[in-house]
Amino acid sequence: MISLRVNGKKFSLDVPPDTPLLWVIRDHLKLMGTKFSCGIGVCGACTVQIDGKAQRSCIVPVSDAQGKKITTIEGLPDSHPVKTAWIKEQVPQCGFCQSGVMMQVASLISETKKPDPEKIIAAMDDVLCRCGTYPRIKKGIKTAVELARKGGSRS
Amino acid sequence: MKPNISRRSFLKMTGGLVIAVSVTPFDYSILHAAGKKDLKSFNPNAWLHITSDNKITIYIGNSEMGQGVLTAQPMIIADELEADWKQLVIKQAPAADAFKSPILGSQITVGSASIRGFYEPLRKAGAAGRAMLIKAAAETWKVPEGECTAVLGTVKHAKTKRSLTYGQLCEKAAKLEAPKDPPLKKESEFRYIGKPMPRVDVPDKVRAKAVYGLDVNDGNVEGLKGMHYAVTAKPPAYGAKPLSFDSKAAEAVKGVVKVIQIPQGIAVCATSTDAALKGRDALKVQWDKGAVPEMDNAYIEKMMMEDLDKPGAKVQEVGDTKKALAEAAKKVEATYFVPFVAHATMEPLNCTAHVQSDRCDLWVPTQGQTGCRGVAAGITKLPPEKIHIHTTFLGCGLGRKGFADFVGETVMIAKALEKPVKLTWTREDDIKYDRFRSGMTHRIQGALDTQGQLTGWSHKTSCVSIMKPVNPKAVVNGVDAYCLWGLWDTPNSPHWNGRIQYEIPNLTIELFLADLPITVWPWRGVQNGPNAYAIECFIDELAHAAGKDPLEFRLQSLKNNKRAAGVLQTVAEKAGWGKPLPKGRGRGIAQHACFGSWVAQVVELSVDEKTGKIKVHKVVAAVDCGPVINPGPLVEQIEGAVILALSTALIEEVKFAKGGVASANFDDYPIIRMSEVPEIEVHMVKSTDKIGGIGEPGVPPLAPAVANAFFNATGVRIRRIPLTPKTVLEAMKNKA
Repeated sequence: MISLRVNGKKFSLDVPPDTPLLWVIRDHLKLMGTKFSCGIGVCGACTVQIDGKAQRSCIVPVSDAQGKKITTIEGLPDSHPVKTAWIKEQVPQCGFCQSGVMMQVASLISETKKPDPEKIIAAMDDVLCRCGTYPRIKKGIKTAVELARKGGSRS
Repeated sequence: MKPNISRRSFLKMTGGLVIAVSVTPFDYSILHAAGKKDLKSFNPNAWLHITSDNKITIYIGNSEMGQGVLTAQPMIIADELEADWKQLVIKQAPAADAFKSPILGSQITVGSASIRGFYEPLRKAGAAGRAMLIKAAAETWKVPEGECTAVLGTVKHAKTKRSLTYGQLCEKAAKLEAPKDPPLKKESEFRYIGKPMPRVDVPDKVRAKAVYGLDVNDGNVEGLKGMHYAVTAKPPAYGAKPLSFDSKAAEAVKGVVKVIQIPQGIAVCATSTDAALKGRDALKVQWDKGAVPEMDNAYIEKMMMEDLDKPGAKVQEVGDTKKALAEAAKKVEATYFVPFVAHATMEPLNCTAHVQSDRCDLWVPTQGQTGCRGVAAGITKLPPEKIHIHTTFLGCGLGRKGFADFVGETVMIAKALEKPVKLTWTREDDIKYDRFRSGMTHRIQGALDTQGQLTGWSHKTSCVSIMKPVNPKAVVNGVDAYCLWGLWDTPNSPHWNGRIQYEIPNLTIELFLADLPITVWPWRGVQNGPNAYAIECFIDELAHAAGKDPLEFRLQSLKNNKRAAGVLQTVAEKAGWGKPLPKGRGRGIAQHACFGSWVAQVVELSVDEKTGKIKVHKVVAAVDCGPVINPGPLVEQIEGAVILALSTALIEEVKFAKGGVASANFDDYPIIRMSEVPEIEVHMVKSTDKIGGIGEPGVPPLAPAVANAFFNATGVRIRRIPLTPKTVLEAMKNKA
């Protein structure tokens, strides 16, 4: 049995230990916000936070995530500066990649209070978006940083 | 937002005022359901439904893939209806004839046609509702209709200061005749059209509440209890057949339920996606060599280049091109190559199907509901009305999700398994079994007179046929119009202006359909992209040969083309065309028209001559699409198109080997990243001309503008894309 802590809830699951965390989150926990896209950890659509750090859940075996604090997009409160900024700046187009993008941004702005443009690109360059929302993502990050500074939660 | 409504709840709508747009191919009429005695048996075809709770439900038949159709189409209805935006409930409609595009004749979201196809019918549907509600109020108060006005969901009688809400009026209005030709608002009276409206799908997408096809499961959709998960093993080469496979080994994997052979490959069904994937690995399929085992990139390019030396199908002949070329003061010739590119939508292809004896339900991120219905009806032998399409959100579409191969595959698996099943194409499946944007070769000869005026143009091109495998009748005398969009189109085509824009007195176009087994399909902009690339690069070469400025040279052949000239002049002004640039930088310009809209772009870039890396600093775009519905998403569409097209100009090329597709995932098929994205400016050319599309027209001018800017910066012409560092370094070496 695998025991997991996701978004503050405890789960006990009968899955093979080598199952990628992504498929456990989606098929077993039915948290569908975390997306499957490349399956090899290169696109970022499956990004979740493990102990606060942005990780590609498609290449993390579920056994490695045991005992750690896992946060998915559903675990980020609706009042989170990133979510607020994403709506304000109308960042998503198709929106499929945005859960992963937002989880990556949430990590970035909790680690760096005011990331400069170079830092933003360095942090975001391995998250792919086919609709081409990159300019909006940059705008969204700027707004999220502002909102966080004004006192929104940044967990 | 719920991804869909069931057919049953759709038919249960009773009471209130229902306005329908009834579409017959290439025409429409406005109806209302109360005119029919038995609503339950009336195929409602409804676009809007006003109920006594003062809610207005709007059903949208087009697919939402990020372009904002779920917001833009309701804006049109709500404006003419004079509804309060807050009282709207917007729902994804099921598959129904009413939602077929009056210009495309199918329920399909392609060809940048959702607005240009529905603008007029939806305005009339809204206006019909407003007229009926006003009439109902006037009759209630026994006052002339002319004294009543509709304002934000309420009809008012100013003289007596009385008012009634649409909810209060709907039952009475429903008993009235729908006006055939209701009066429309003047542009100055628009409340929503042309003004920024936040997209209705954005909050759910941000809050992870939006359900994409890939997200469908027994937790968020009723009736899927006990659903299974499937993946398929498909051939590594075009036309390859399985020689052997080990279904026992696959079935031995924990969670694997069944292995099913279908014509497309071997499906592994399991209780989870992960188990299905492990089962597929265990299959160890042996395949034969396929149709053309020697095919690789070199083979493809050689064949498509050799095609240009053979006589092709005559597409268009205006004047005497041979004579014009023979008598030219200057003759220019160039050959271009555009590779195959993949759709690679972030959401890979997927579908969930439940096939029962009397009905078939599909939950699918599709761009083509009519097509899905046809495919599923063919496999299940059920009548089309028993095929229920639940359109989910699409994680990008780019045209790929308008082809229903993955839907057919799912229906076959679900039928054999006798259980609801979700088929997932992995990223590798999605790229290897994509139907690519066809590669193209072009050879163009141009004639200039002594004044440097363009007098003749001979154009030969080779392309894999898009229509031949799906509708061979659409290929007439070797001409597949889909391959030619941007260069030529059939007369009265619903795709509008997909032809060369320049006024050329002597013009010849020939097409070769390349004899390759590669599967192709429309890719955002279809062949407008590769055709515009060749046309606009060659125009630049001609301008250079004529000793003229590329903008001036273009304008002299666009004297009677106000909209093309308009976008060029606007973009030139906004981009500072002709103004000095910092050392090492180059500027390029290009324009193109398709799907009823005109777009011009100026690209500014620099080249690192040591690494061969191109840095695009800025793209300025000018757009004339006629009236604008929602300005925000419009700009997003142009930005997105520029970024996608930049990806093809600099990076993307599908690799082939051993008769199949060698590219497999984003590691060996890279796409553009944030660091490679320039500053993008979008300027609108104010226009009251006919409304055009906006999803695709931003793509075609970008790649040629990049190539022309590269020439401007370096003095080197590279007649192929993508302009990768390797290609750039080779070209720079040859120059030196």
